[in-house]
Formats: sequence, C-alpha cells, structure tokens
Amino acid sequence: MTKQIKLAAYFPGVNNTTVWSDPASGSQIDFASFEHLARTAERGKLDFLFLAEGLRLREHAGKILDTDVVGRPNTTAVLAALSAVTTHLGLAGTLSSTFNEPYEVARQVASIDHLSGGRAAWNVVTSPDAWTGQNFRRGGFLEREDRYARAEEFLATVRELWDSWQPGTLLGDKENGVFARDPGKFVHSGPQFDIHGEFTLPRTPQGQPVVIQAGDSGEGREFAAKAADVIFSRHGTLEDGQAFFHDVKRRLSAYGREPGELLIMPAAAFVLGDTDAEAAERAREIRYQQVRPATAIQFLEQVWSRDLSAYDVDGPLPDIDPDPDAAPLTWGRVRHEKDPAALAAKWRALAEEKKLSIRELVIEATARQQFVGSPATVAGAIDEYVQSDAADGFVLAPHLTPGGLDEFVEKVVPHLQERGVFRTEYAGPTLRDQLF
Amino acid sequence: MVSAELHLGVAIDGAGYHPAAWRVSAAEPAALFTSGHYLQYAKLAEAASLDFVTLDDSLALQSGGEEVVRGRLDALLTLSAIAPVTSRIGLVPTVTTTHTEPFHVSTSVATLDYASRGRAGVLAVPSRTDAEAAHFGRRPAPAEAAAEAENAEVLDVVTRLWDSWEDDAIVRDAATGRFIDRDKLHYVDFEGGFFSVKGPSITPRPPQGHPVTAVYGDSPHAVAADLVVTRADHLDAVRAAAARFPGAKVLATVSIVLAETAQTARDRRRELDALTPFEPVGLSFVGTPAQLAAELPRWAAETGVAGFHLRPAVLPDDLDLLAGEVVPALRAAGAFRSAYRGETLREHLGLGRAVNQYAVTPGA
Repeated sequence: MTKQIKLAAYFPGVNNTTVWSDPASGSQIDFASFEHLARTAERGKLDFLFLAEGLRLREHAGKILDTDVVGRPNTTAVLAALSAVTTHLGLAGTLSSTFNEPYEVARQVASIDHLSGGRAAWNVVTSPDAWTGQNFRRGGFLEREDRYARAEEFLATVRELWDSWQPGTLLGDKENGVFARDPGKFVHSGPQFDIHGEFTLPRTPQGQPVVIQAGDSGEGREFAAKAADVIFSRHGTLEDGQAFFHDVKRRLSAYGREPGELLIMPAAAFVLGDTDAEAAERAREIRYQQVRPATAIQFLEQVWSRDLSAYDVDGPLPDIDPDPDAAPLTWGRVRHEKDPAALAAKWRALAEEKKLSIRELVIEATARQQFVGSPATVAGAIDEYVQSDAADGFVLAPHLTPGGLDEFVEKVVPHLQERGVFRTEYAGPTLRDQLF
Repeated sequence: MVSAELHLGVAIDGAGYHPAAWRVSAAEPAALFTSGHYLQYAKLAEAASLDFVTLDDSLALQSGGEEVVRGRLDALLTLSAIAPVTSRIGLVPTVTTTHTEPFHVSTSVATLDYASRGRAGVLAVPSRTDAEAAHFGRRPAPAEAAAEAENAEVLDVVTRLWDSWEDDAIVRDAATGRFIDRDKLHYVDFEGGFFSVKGPSITPRPPQGHPVTAVYGDSPHAVAADLVVTRADHLDAVRAAAARFPGAKVLATVSIVLAETAQTARDRRRELDALTPFEPVGLSFVGTPAQLAAELPRWAAETGVAGFHLRPAVLPDDLDLLAGEVVPALRAAGAFRSAYRGETLREHLGLGRAVNQYAVTPGA
C-alpha cells in the first residue's frame, strides 16, 4: 500500500541555516514571521510546525557569536499565540528536560493542547552543559547517562500528570453544584523526582499531547522506541535513512509497540528551481551564503580549538594539528568532538582527495539532508524516501525566514497530492488525527 | 475639582470571582478550558478601552471542594493565545516566581509582548503553599519575607534580561558579515540571594522595553513594581498601601456585583452566597452601575490610588454592565478616557518608555 507522507515545517530561526543577508529575509523574532510560516504550513495541510529552543547565546572564542542569526522568543508562548491564528496545524516545541520541572512542562504542554483544541506536541530534549546551566537556578549539569535517565523519568512523570484527571472528572453539573470531582492524586517517587499532589488541568483534547524525541545515540533511539510518537532524526542518504528506520522500528516490539506507532521524520532542507539545473545552481549559492568566510573559519576552529583566523578560506586546510589540551572554543549548539585529531585528519584527507578549500570542506562537512530540483523532482525524491522506508516523512527546514516555505507549499505539495501520497484535507481536529 | 482619569484593569478568571459564578453564568464549565472563553471577555474589555485584563494563576489546584471551579490553564499561555486576535487591551497574567526559572519568566513575558505588539504585563506572585512545593519537590514552601524578597529578585533579573539586548542590537550588516553588534548585548551576571543568572537573554529586548511589572502590595515585605495592586478591604488600608509605594501606580481591587437596581444587586449577591458562602477580595461593591461610577472617582481621590482592579462576580454578566454602563458613566464624568490614546500597555498607563540600564547609547 502507498504510504502517506508526514510533513512538518521547521521555523528557520537562529544559526547559519538561514540566509539572513538575502533581501527577502525577515525578522526571526516578530510574531508576524511565526504567523506567516504557520499559515503557510496550514495552507499546505502540513502536519505540524516545529520550534527549536535555545537557552544561552552561542559564544566563540569567549565572545557572543555575531555572524549568524541570533535571538529567539520563548517556545511555549509562541505556540500558544499561534493556536489563535491556525485551526488544524500541529504546534510542536522543544522544551529541555534539564532546566524545567515536570509539573511545569506538563502544565504548559497541556495548556497548549487545550488552547489549540488538541494540536500540541513536545520535543523532549536534554541539555548538556553547565555553561547553559549558568542561566538557571538548577545551574549544574548532568552526565550523559543521567541526562537520559532524567529525561525518561521526566517524560514518565509528565504523562502521569496528564493522565491524573480521569475522564469524567470535570462534571460541570450546574444543577447539583458539582464542578469537578476530586481529581486523582499523583505520587511520583523516583531517583530524579519525588513529587506528589494534584494536577491543575483536565485531560486534554488529545489525552496525551504528541511526544517527539530528537537524538541519534543508542540511548536516544531506545528512549524513542520506548516512549516517543515521533523521532526527529538526521540522516543524509537513502541507505543511512533505511538503516536508521529499520533499527528504530525493530526496537519497538520490545515495548509492545507496532512499527506505525513511532514516526521517523528527519530534518530536510530543500531548494527549488524551474529546472533541476537551476535548482542545483541555487543550492550552491545558498550554501555559499550560509557558510561565509568567517563562519567557515569558526567552524574549523571548533575542531582545532585554535585561532585559525590567519588562514585563507579559499586555501588548503591548516597543516597544524588541533590543540589536544585546549578547552572548547565554541559553546552552544555545537557538537564537541571527542577526538579532534582524528576528525582533522579525516577532513584533511577528504580535502586533498577532492581538492577542497577550507570553505568548500566546511560546506561539504556540514551538509544536511536536502532535496534539490524542480518541484516534480523534489516531490518524487521525497516520495521515494518514504516509500522505500528511509523515513515516514520530513521536517522541512527552509532557508528563508519567514517566506521560505511558500514555494514548497505552492509547488511541491500539489505534486505530492497528485501522487496520492499527501492529504488534501486534514483528517480531523487534532494532531494525532493527522499523524496516526 | 475635575478628577484625574482612572486606570482600570479587570479580572477575567474562570466564570467570575464568586465561587458560585459558574453555576449562574451562561458560560459552560468546559469552556473555561478554551481560549474562546477568555477572548470573549478580553474583547469586551477592549471595546470599553479598559487598560488591561488579568488572569490569576498558581502552580496548584484551587482549594475548595467539588462545588467550586477547579483546574486552570497556564495564565501566560492563555493570554498569549488571545494576543494575536486583540489589538489594544493590555494582557497581564499572573506568573509565579518561586518554583519557576527567572530566565524562562523573562523570555515568556517578552514573547507575550512580541505577540501582542507591546501590550504585555506580568503580575509576579510568589508561591507559598505546601501543595505547590510538593509539586516541585526541590525545596519547602518559603516563609513570607523570603518569598517576597525572592519575588523582587526575580523581577530585578527579569528586567535586566529584557535590557540585556539594546534596542538596536540586530544590525544585519552584510558588508561586515555581522548579524548583531555584540557590544550591544550584555551579560547580566546577576548574583542574588536565591539564584544567579549569567545572561544575556536569548530574546531581544521586547517592544515595550519593559513589559509592565506588577505585584500585590499587601505584604509588608512586598517591593514595588510599575503597578502595585492592593487587595485591602477598606479605604484606610487602601490609602496606607498607596502611601507605601509613591513611585508606583497603585490600583485597589474592587469586587463587584452589579444590577439595574441596588435591591436586585443585593439579591444577586445573596443568591450567589446562598449557593456558596464567600467573602469577596478587596473592596466590595454591590449596587448599580451609576453608583459604582460615582464611587470609584471618590475612592481614588480619598485614597490616592491611580485606579482600580475590578473583579466581576459573574462573567459575562457583571463585565457587561461594567463595560456597557459603568465605563460610559465614568466618561461622562471626565473620570475615564473615551478611547485608547496609544498602542501599548505602558502608554495606556502613562508609563514612559523604559530606560535600558545597560545601554551606552543615549536614548537606547
């Protein structure tokens, strides 16, 4: 049977994924930008809009990074506001399980589910470091193992809270004066949380808002297989995607779940053109705008932990090795390499083999999944990935804020609909209605 | 003497302030968990050009038995959900400050300000119940003095975080490749008695610079904010509260039961109390719209408050009378403006644009 494709829209906010220097690039802060993207996504009948979260501004070499897009609003408040200007679109946001408490997150996500009539989703993430913790009462950080332990227990606790009002608790019997019966008391006692009491909200329209998990490690995959509805992944090729898909779906049975109960949705950029050749040229230009000279050097410095500003971005990679003893040069939203020397050697070999300059190497090394071509080509490629079980769908990451999704909705969605693999009408009022 | 123009905020909680309100209100109980319920009242308040609406909140279920309204939506998120579909009314949610992260408080209120294009406020309230402490499990409920001190500290750091981006920090200078001018971003390096926060905020300075900050001012330990709401229940105590906060706009809470005749109003009150006995919060008014319109300017003159925080007994009934009859009568007496004069809540309240404590650029 032909699989139906799931599609979400990522709000192109901070970092270097957008092209802020493009004249068509608008504010990443003003609510009008969020409204524009949400309305476009809903016009295209997309499943949900997805917001990331940042909890501290990125720094490089001791200074706030000034070359990329910086600054974003609070995730939950934006989603709640978007509930007013949309009717069917799912509203998904990332909320850290490290710098929040279960009662608070349960209440915020449940509130958004009520306010939106059943369209809320929560992307559960962990936050890694004491550096981010400097903005929070909780302060310190958790070791990697403890982060997942906390995340798992956090999610389980949130679900206990969501479930604590039995259906029928809210009675609203004006005649006899019974507003609500006593809701169930929750008691959670575990290694991470020892809390008890009563939740402040009735069961939400979805019962359980949708849970998304992002993360690629073995622990992350296991966590998703056990507890998530959607996994937000990142796999470049068809083969990688299929391997990930099969690995994660295989893990579900251990938890008594069917393969269809966890949707795999990698992030994907897209570049369209009237012809495939035109799109390819546009894609090349966009990558060069995303990886400007300063960005390329900063990216390399993340691995080398050295000042590389004297190097020519159009020249070869540095012949010196990464500083093995230096503290990380960049903080926030970067992966700190466990073995910088090995990575540097790998990149140097790659650059020599393909004759890549520093900038070209960074462009290649930081490439993400992207669909490039005419609308028909892109629709065909997305469909192929989904039909061949490399994904259940994609979280589309436009490179322009807020109008970058417009042409996808206008040009690609109709092709998908003609192929019979994407909805022409929403299936029901809730996000779960669209997804499952 | 022509009385000064009053500031008026109105509470739109649940089905009204009276615990029996939900039984006599036309609103269905399940509607209390939808945004449409609150939007309808915010629009009524906006049509009357009131300064703002408030929504209470707490991190625990309301006390009381099965006969009272229990359960509520997150207030800040509820007002966020009505922000894009209203245009002038100020939006002032209660945000609890004891168990939450000041950093999140700062960004969420700033975001409400963005979503409403400059109409956000925040009523910062400490959590002092054992129930709330048990929902978080990290610390016992604080004593009053400590809770108020921490509340003031949260407002302090929240304000610093709003200022941590100067208004013109985003430069988008393609020539130099700089998206921001990082000299216009500031670490707040806040070290208080209860927590520390590094900063800067992740959210640029909100449209009002500072969304309007508000506190309840009845605790002897309370520290002033832009607005101070007193829930004192007689005029002498209201006068004392106003005198305690000379730099703030002090508003007195008035719980209202209105009807076309004084006798009908008293009957309404009696019927509500017969369903669920209750002592209202703040000053209590039971009578006709004309009487209330006569009392408010007199009370303001006697006590020195800048205006009132009105709590309708039943929604929408008492709000309808407030908007439809009290406000026109106040206007006729020159005690209330006839239309909004500005776009933002600070403008409604006559608060100047907030000065940025970190800005090196004059006027920024």
